[in-house]
Amino acid sequence: MFETLLSGFWESLVEIPEFLEINYEATIQRFVDWFAATFDVIFGAIRDFVRRVIYNLELWLLAIPWFIFVILVFLAGWRLKNLTTGVVLGLMVVYIASSSLWEHTMSTFVIVIFSVIVCFILGLPLGILMSKYRPVEAVLRPILDLMQTLPTFVYLIPALMLLGLGSPAAALSTTIFALPPLIRLTYLGITTVPTEVREAGTAFGSTPIQLLVKVEIPQALKSIAQGINQTTMLAISMVVIATLVGFGGLGEEIYGALASGRRGVGQGFVAGFATVFLAIILDRLIQGVAERFDHSEGGES
Amino acid sequence: MAKPVTIQNSSVVFGNHAQKKAAIELLDGELSPQEIRERTGATVAVRNVNLDIKEGELFVIVGLSGSGKSSLIRTLNLLNRPATGKTFVGDRNLLEMSKKELRRYRRNDVSMVFQNFALLTHRTVIRNVQYPLEIQGVSKKEYTERAEEAIRMVGLEGWEHYMPSQLSGGMRQRVGLARALTNDPEVLLMDEPYSALDPLIRREMQNELIKLEDEMDRTIIFITHDMNEAFRLGDRIALMKDAEMVQIGKPDEFFDNPASDYVRNFIADVDKTRILKVRSIMNKPAYIAKQGDRVKDTLEAVKKRELSFTYVTDENRKFLGYVTLDQLKRSRGKTIDRLINEDETVIYRNAFLREAWPKLKEAEYALPVVDGKGRLRGVLDYDVVVDALAD
Repeated sequence: MFETLLSGFWESLVEIPEFLEINYEATIQRFVDWFAATFDVIFGAIRDFVRRVIYNLELWLLAIPWFIFVILVFLAGWRLKNLTTGVVLGLMVVYIASSSLWEHTMSTFVIVIFSVIVCFILGLPLGILMSKYRPVEAVLRPILDLMQTLPTFVYLIPALMLLGLGSPAAALSTTIFALPPLIRLTYLGITTVPTEVREAGTAFGSTPIQLLVKVEIPQALKSIAQGINQTTMLAISMVVIATLVGFGGLGEEIYGALASGRRGVGQGFVAGFATVFLAIILDRLIQGVAERFDHSEGGES
Repeated sequence: MAKPVTIQNSSVVFGNHAQKKAAIELLDGELSPQEIRERTGATVAVRNVNLDIKEGELFVIVGLSGSGKSSLIRTLNLLNRPATGKTFVGDRNLLEMSKKELRRYRRNDVSMVFQNFALLTHRTVIRNVQYPLEIQGVSKKEYTERAEEAIRMVGLEGWEHYMPSQLSGGMRQRVGLARALTNDPEVLLMDEPYSALDPLIRREMQNELIKLEDEMDRTIIFITHDMNEAFRLGDRIALMKDAEMVQIGKPDEFFDNPASDYVRNFIADVDKTRILKVRSIMNKPAYIAKQGDRVKDTLEAVKKRELSFTYVTDENRKFLGYVTLDQLKRSRGKTIDRLINEDETVIYRNAFLREAWPKLKEAEYALPVVDGKGRLRGVLDYDVVVDALAD
């Protein structure tokens, strides 16, 4: 008797009261609808522009014969690193061509390039501002920290909200996701220019702009190039996920594979390798460029 | 043209605004810099320093690390802004300059050599050296020429297109020096330029600086913590301790009248004959006759000063020889030109006493002192040297 009473009471506690049930979903949806409708002109224009750029870039890249890519990647790997690197990277391009994923890889590649360029245009000035002005740093730092802790999928939501399904949303979420390392490493590069070197620039009468352009940025180039490298790597990982907002590319193949269960393992591996190879090729080449900017002595004190 | 540098009652204080303000109040009091820091949180790096550096002088500021010498030299191009006092280069007070004037001053009138070279590691040697001119909008042709000349001056021809990372420490500092010479500054600041170098290379660089300084017409302010280096180089030396000046004077004055036990200890290990230079103990000739002077005038001047002879130079102060009182008295000519006794025995002003001593001992009286271009710079008296060497 007592037990049933108690359990009845307990159940009433477990039950979430009706007055707490709020329809957040509808509220947010209403806000998004309002937002999208209000700023449709702006975001519509952005969406169309990005879509056109990406579409055209893809057309151009697909117009280039596959073996030209093999040769270019081989030469770049050879000149920037060494002959072995050139050969290995060239073979990776051959693999991609032979895996009948050429078009998928190119769409992925286009989004990566586009995002990295936008990241560079945004990230470089932000990193510089952050290194020059305390308040900018105070605002940006927590935002960057937050951005690196958010789950990747979260980035898809605002992109979806603003741009709807398609390649522009994929490009936007990729850009936002990949931006932090470039800002951070630009900031790091500029703030770690040796004090004496900066003083020398000042002591000879440089204007602040001359100091930035002729001393600080060149001294920070290695760090900035590393930032571009990391940004590119993050972009590649994000493009795969961006399949969820209706964008094709290699990600589509991988999701397709996942959806088909065990029968998809082969397909998954093939596309997975293509993605990894794309990442390795870009990583090696950008690192090769970054090393060109390394003027430290390497080992010697 | 070289310019004199005058520092009046200059103090450098580091800290935030409130801390600095509190510390400045205490500068004239009795508290030590450490006590001031404990009380206010501000660091007093330089305290009420007065210096009168003459034009063309090689002035050395010496002290242990933390004594404030680097903070002081940085006030001369305003890398540090003094909290009090005035800083004159020529007749201009640096502290009253606008941003634009300051930039012009830094571009044209002053330059600096840094302890760790501070080279732009992303630029080749010549592009480092041209930097001070490049930022002024000088034409490419001109800055390339002037950079090449500066590179020649420091003996780095052939290395123009190397990167700094490919050079040894000594060569890097030559680049630093060349860069500081391209804008042909009136005042050259050298902040412990040789402290990061090996002893052998340091010695070599010091000798080269002495030679270079002799050919140049500029005021050099040199910072070091090494007393031997200070005495080797300095026309005059200022010793700093705990943000204040302990003693300022010519090298021999430090030996003759050390201001305190601290000074005495500081110079204890210094070998006088190795570091005392002719220029630091030479005297100014009482009178110098010029080629073409009239006998009558010269005789009068020599008599008036109770001399037995006078040195003769040409228009450019180049040493020619001497004329004795007897010659002047007996002469019937109009000018002194035919009376000049050519004298080969001269002493180079940057020679160390050890090197000059044998010549002087043989001559047994005064010898003329000349610079690298043969210009008469002074006279070295036998007695003065004996006095200087006797402890």
